[in-house]
Amino acid sequence: MAPIAEKLLHTDLAGPMTTEPFVIRRVVKETADTFTLDLESGDSSREFTFRPGQFNMLYVFGVGEVPISISGDPTKPAVLTHTTREVGAVTRGMRRLKPGDTLGVRGPYGTAWPVGEAEGSDVVVVAGGIGLAPLRPVVYHLLAHRQKYGKVVLLYGTRTPEDILFRKELERWRSRFDLETHLTVDRATGPWHGNVGVVTTLIARSPFDPQNTLAMVCGPEVMMRFTVLELERRGLDEKRIYLSMERNMKCGIGLCGHCQLGPRFVCKDGPVYRCDGIREVFSRREL
Amino acid sequence: MSEHPFFKGLNQGQIALLTGCASNVVFKPGQFVFREGEPADHFYFIREGKVQVETHIPQKGTVTIQTRSGGEVFGWSWLVPPYRWHFDARAVELTRALAMDGKCLRTKCEDDHHIGYEIMKRFLLVIAERLEATRLQLMDVYGHGSNS
Repeated sequence: MAPIAEKLLHTDLAGPMTTEPFVIRRVVKETADTFTLDLESGDSSREFTFRPGQFNMLYVFGVGEVPISISGDPTKPAVLTHTTREVGAVTRGMRRLKPGDTLGVRGPYGTAWPVGEAEGSDVVVVAGGIGLAPLRPVVYHLLAHRQKYGKVVLLYGTRTPEDILFRKELERWRSRFDLETHLTVDRATGPWHGNVGVVTTLIARSPFDPQNTLAMVCGPEVMMRFTVLELERRGLDEKRIYLSMERNMKCGIGLCGHCQLGPRFVCKDGPVYRCDGIREVFSRREL
Repeated sequence: MSEHPFFKGLNQGQIALLTGCASNVVFKPGQFVFREGEPADHFYFIREGKVQVETHIPQKGTVTIQTRSGGEVFGWSWLVPPYRWHFDARAVELTRALAMDGKCLRTKCEDDHHIGYEIMKRFLLVIAERLEATRLQLMDVYGHGSNS
């Protein structure tokens, strides 16, 4: 396990617990209960570097702080993008913010998706619900370095067509020849003529080579459990499957213990884990 | 047929026996492959295209339960008495499929229990996969994760 001091070197801001003010430049309503914020530092020369999969602690002044995955493009460090669901007091407060308002940011924290290890392999990205947000930087990275990867497959499942995140971008991705994108919904509503059924049903039909594929999976834990089983059924080794875990966090740097998951802290040992290192957690309840 | 994963492990003689029950079919977009309550006399290997399994709920209209597309097997009611379809199936787009005659297969399975057992094992996997997917669908897992 890497020492905390080493992890802190990855922190881009002044100090691990120092919040830096960022100005909201754009608010995008993605679905009925999800939204995206584009942030910029007050200092125009300031760039925010991060690796796909990392998160920031976002502070709504006077309300509280929450960990939110970075959902933007790692090759565009001038803009810091986060996508989240409105589920509690802090994210409700965040939703009420407008362009020009200020938000506190500290980070980036946590482990990243293994985009380097995936070079030379096929890559299958499996997202469920809002789990697409922390995987979007991976897709940006894969497309920016497309020649380094074999087949790239994105499988995305949501509850209904109305819950699809980044809809316009997904349409653009679907029209690309170098990215195979498949969507499915649990419940078809309105004029939906796409796939219906859980995201795991897309895995069997996907054209990746299981002997030479690396999978990155993010979504509700139960969806990830079944996704791992299906990927293994297709022939992937658990050492080639990566998952992103979610827990409530406070400090973000492994001190407070709020996000403890067995012997690990999700904030510093995760959120991205290789499947074989986290698997026993799936079989333990209330952990 | 011999290249399809469903037939993996069967010898050429067994595949030839099954091929005798097969025919090519094409469904236009919107065309029903089968309707609920009708005799279930076939199952299908989709070669290309997409089919949706649906049902009609009074006051709610038509509800799509799942979709099946290229490379997949669908329809297992031909194997279970009283051999009637439980749902409607409709082509979403131009769909080419291999239709396997259920009556023909049932006869062959009765005549040769070894091939019957092999077919049964393969369909058990299909049915189990559908059951698992349906349960996961019912869990409605994409709800709220944290409460921040």
